Amino acid sequence: MIPAAFEYYRPTDMAGVIALLQEHGDDARVIAGGHSLIPMMKLRMADVPHLIDLQGIEGLSGITVTDGVVRIGAMTTQHEVIVSDALAAAAPIMKEAALQIADPQVRYMGTVGGNVANGDPGNDMPGLMQCLNAQFHLTGPDGDRAVDARDFYEAAYMTEREDEEVLTAITFAAPTGGYAYEKQKRKIGDYATAAAAVQISKEGGKVAAASIAMTNLSDTPVWSEAAADALVGTACDEAAVKAAVTAMLGDIDPTEDNRGPVAFKRHAAGIVLGRAILRAWSRA
Amino acid sequence: MKDEITREDRVANLKGMGCSRKRVEDARFTQGKGNYVDDIKLPGMLHGDFVRSPYAHARVKSINIDAAMALPGVVAVLTAKDLEPLNLHWMPTLAGDKQMVLADGKVLFQGQEVAFVVASDRYVAADAVELVEVEYEELEVIVDPFKSLQSDVVLREDLVAEDGSIPNGAHGPRKHHNHIFTWEAGDLEATEQVIDNAEVVATEEMYYHRTHPCPLETCGSVASMDKVNGKLTLWGTFQAPHVVRTVASLLSGIEEHNIRVVSPDIGGGFGNKVGVYPGYVCSIVASIVTGVPVKWVEDRMENLMSTAFARDYWMKGKISATKDGKITGLHCHVTADHGAFDACADPTKFPAGFMNICTGSYDIPVAYLGVDGVYTNKAPGGVSYRCSFRVTEAVYFIERMIEVLAIELNMDAAELRRINFIKKEQFPYTAALGWEYDSGDYHTAWDKALEAVDYKGLRAEQAQRVEDFKAGKTRKIMGVGLSFFTEIVGAGPVKNCDILGMGMFDSCEIRIHPTGSAVARLGTISQGQGHATTFAQILATEIGLSAESITIEEGDTDTAPYGLGTYGSRSTPVAGAAAAMAGRKIRAKAQMIAAYLLEVHDNDVEFDVDRFVVKGAPERFKTMKEIAYAAYNQAIPGLEPGLEAVSYYDPPNMTYPFGAYVCVMDIDVDTGVPEIRRFYALDDCGTRINPMVIEGQIHGGLTEALAVALGQEIAYDDMGNVKTGTLMDFFLPTAWEVPNYETDFTVTPSPHHPIGAKGVGESPHVGGVPCFSNAVQDAFRPFGNRHTNMPHDHWRIWQTANNLGMHD
Ligand SMILES: Cc1cc2nc3c(=O)[nH]c(=O)nc-3n(C[C@H](O)[C@H](O)[C@H](O)COP(=O)(O)OP(=O)(O)OC[C@H]3O[C@@H](n4cnc5c(N)ncnc54)[C@H](O)[C@@H]3O)c2cc1C
Repeated sequence: MIPAAFEYYRPTDMAGVIALLQEHGDDARVIAGGHSLIPMMKLRMADVPHLIDLQGIEGLSGITVTDGVVRIGAMTTQHEVIVSDALAAAAPIMKEAALQIADPQVRYMGTVGGNVANGDPGNDMPGLMQCLNAQFHLTGPDGDRAVDARDFYEAAYMTEREDEEVLTAITFAAPTGGYAYEKQKRKIGDYATAAAAVQISKEGGKVAAASIAMTNLSDTPVWSEAAADALVGTACDEAAVKAAVTAMLGDIDPTEDNRGPVAFKRHAAGIVLGRAILRAWSRA
Repeated sequence: MKDEITREDRVANLKGMGCSRKRVEDARFTQGKGNYVDDIKLPGMLHGDFVRSPYAHARVKSINIDAAMALPGVVAVLTAKDLEPLNLHWMPTLAGDKQMVLADGKVLFQGQEVAFVVASDRYVAADAVELVEVEYEELEVIVDPFKSLQSDVVLREDLVAEDGSIPNGAHGPRKHHNHIFTWEAGDLEATEQVIDNAEVVATEEMYYHRTHPCPLETCGSVASMDKVNGKLTLWGTFQAPHVVRTVASLLSGIEEHNIRVVSPDIGGGFGNKVGVYPGYVCSIVASIVTGVPVKWVEDRMENLMSTAFARDYWMKGKISATKDGKITGLHCHVTADHGAFDACADPTKFPAGFMNICTGSYDIPVAYLGVDGVYTNKAPGGVSYRCSFRVTEAVYFIERMIEVLAIELNMDAAELRRINFIKKEQFPYTAALGWEYDSGDYHTAWDKALEAVDYKGLRAEQAQRVEDFKAGKTRKIMGVGLSFFTEIVGAGPVKNCDILGMGMFDSCEIRIHPTGSAVARLGTISQGQGHATTFAQILATEIGLSAESITIEEGDTDTAPYGLGTYGSRSTPVAGAAAAMAGRKIRAKAQMIAAYLLEVHDNDVEFDVDRFVVKGAPERFKTMKEIAYAAYNQAIPGLEPGLEAVSYYDPPNMTYPFGAYVCVMDIDVDTGVPEIRRFYALDDCGTRINPMVIEGQIHGGLTEALAVALGQEIAYDDMGNVKTGTLMDFFLPTAWEVPNYETDFTVTPSPHHPIGAKGVGESPHVGGVPCFSNAVQDAFRPFGNRHTNMPHDHWRIWQTANNLGMHD
């Protein structure tokens, strides 16, 4: 559990970061909270000869809510997500989800940007961001661009982000209606056996709109449009929930691991989603 | 002299046996001021790290160390070839087998030590490990002991004679080249006869999965060979430092007086630190070769993958009874997966430990146990994880067999236990498999436990829950887990217990200082048990000096008297007894001194808390402090000066702690998530030295029991790859997963132990595992479950529900 030797850099502006990324290409990586990257380096599963710390860059952290748009700086810690009153008011699902990530020690260090940029299917924030239809703001040698969370994930650890790009912030429209983040895990500090992020808005006793994303049930997060569609227009009754679960099961593709065989994971995914829908609906 | 304080105050000031004295160790542990092996830093010290095998079974074709040696800072790379001239490429195991220190021609498990890199710092060593080029030729891997006994593949070529015959092993004839031993106890013929003719017979097969003790501190050592004076000092994570010294002397040829072994603070052992590991040997050799100190400390993955595992027992049982539930016979066969080398840490004559305590707390007239040990391509070990030698397996076996028999008889499992308990008046009781239980009062403990949890009420609630589930009103079912255990701890009488020929006595040496404080040294070594606290309490009561004035030292073989160390709950039963006996020698001399000072006959004074008083004249007394002073400063006719004593204690018998546990659990059949609503633990460890320390031990042991029952395992895939090599997958519960424990007790002192104490550190683990498991299984009993194997993690519980049609 000792990493290979690496060079450590702590630039003070973004231009410096990008210059280093351009210079070292594949051999360089940025480090945010380090709570995904450092374990990988210690296991020698990630070989990072040039490590660029983002902590010296100003303006990368903080949460703002302006005109119904939530902006979370990439270096904002998961702990800050939990204690932000503004966020609790604008998007309470963020706190509910963050409280189910890892443990307090990890959350004091781990960042929202690192969590979404990492590309690990076990991370909780990517699915959550897809549920919220967030935009990821990237900056690189060719300037800035935004990518939808729903288009960002290609495969495990493979994302739309180019090697020389840095994620600076995440934005999303403050959601309306009811919400729930439901996660089954084996113990505190564990990644999900199955997790579901659900937002539902209600009009006249019916589901007006819904968004559903699942975590750790495929090599990327799974935003299930079909599952959400199955709810819209219904009274979110038992049949509708069942239909949503069935639709979701068509979109996920879990693999067997120590958390259990595929049949169990599919069952758990259905249970977790059913519970999340009912809780979100009760809050809608 | 006039006495200013009351007798009550004097007793309180003593902080002797029975009081909840705060642990003296905690001041340093809670401030991060402990001194562990990895804290040892010596001038010029080098660091070792292992090249380990990625394969579970392969021939080692070649090892090229050139690139590693070229890395600046690398001092040496040792392979089996370098150790061979010293005859240290293999080492003896505690079980009478031998084990490769570094791969000698082949590797037999994933993570096996192949080469030892020595470098100027830990980082360079790790980099150099990557640079050692090892060429392997993969061989067929065997991870299943049953297949192993059928396979043509020879795992241990060193144990097959040139003509292809299979020589005897350390424990007698071997049936197959991958077979290690057969060990039997009891009367096979009589048992079979009883079972064949019984009114009711229940049979069951169960797998007690492989797991690992996983102490917070991993294993490590620092060896320092002083070539000038020829002395070797070895610091390490040793649960038995004296045994390590003797073994090191026998292996290296260095005379024993020239070896000093020190166990500094140890961050948990649980059996994992009883054995001798290649890292220890390599650090010693490297220090001898380089002439400077060499440190080796393994990381978490290495600890989980390569150091001693626990359990891995495939158990097959038959239990017979009359129609009304009186047990008549028990048959048990175990196929024991020992991995690549037989490195079990058991007393020499017991290759399956004390598995023959498997008749449990019940009066079973006839029984048989047969155990077959088998080699596979897994890590060696087979230590007793927080239990006396294989007692957890034995208790799990009988407590599951009782449940299965209860199902067969359609009887309440608590009642079935009650009618079969050994009765109070039957003690000392000789069990069918040979052990003589020293004492017990099982019925009292059981009744107390069942009443405390309102057992009848729980069963009524459970019946209602079954109705509700069937009516679709709930998806949560409820289980009531029961277990009643009898342990066998305190190995042990030298007549039948030894390790590598060393009898399992233990020792205590006390030196009273002139001003009435003392230092006592013992042959045991605390790894978190709180010996410095509790042994001082035993001595305080025995010699009448405050526990606060008594320093306890352990773990340094240059100063501590010879002892066999700490494991198998043996410290209090054996070294605790030695402490009491040594204390009594001090008291005997103190009595003579007191009588002299008080100018009366020896028999005219008596001991009272902290002093000797003249019988019938309590105002005439000498305190132990005064006596201590006199011992050194006054010429007393017929007495040598000084006040010291030593005792080597060979216990006449083991002690037999017991307990009654109840667990109430709710299970979500859809997610497989269990919730422990209540856990009640009644322990009888005989005389209670420190109730608070006992409670702490019980909380810890129950938590490790929860871990094992509900998810903690070392799992292998078919290729022999370890699937649970990090704490992400190896289940180590946090405070969050731990329920509230209710503790209770009865006191049945051991009749043969000087203070009546029995040992408690392992009881909660031994009794806890079957209790948690039985709770899960009991929840499914109304739906047709008979037995499912641990660990009961979410998916396996879900699988049980699924198999029983509960998701339809
Ligand atoms: C014991 C433990 C349990 C955990 N449990 C969970 C859990 O249950 N759920 C969960 O979601 N996570 C969990 N995590 C992961 C944790 O949340 C991490 O902190 C998080 O995944 C990564 O954030 P970080 O800031 O630590 O990123 P780092 O580890 O620093 O970086 C992760 C990756 O993202 C890249 N990166 C980071 N920031 C940027 C950026 N601004 N632009 C471009 N690339 C960037 C890095 O180069 C690296 O490849 C756990 C971690 C631990 C150690």
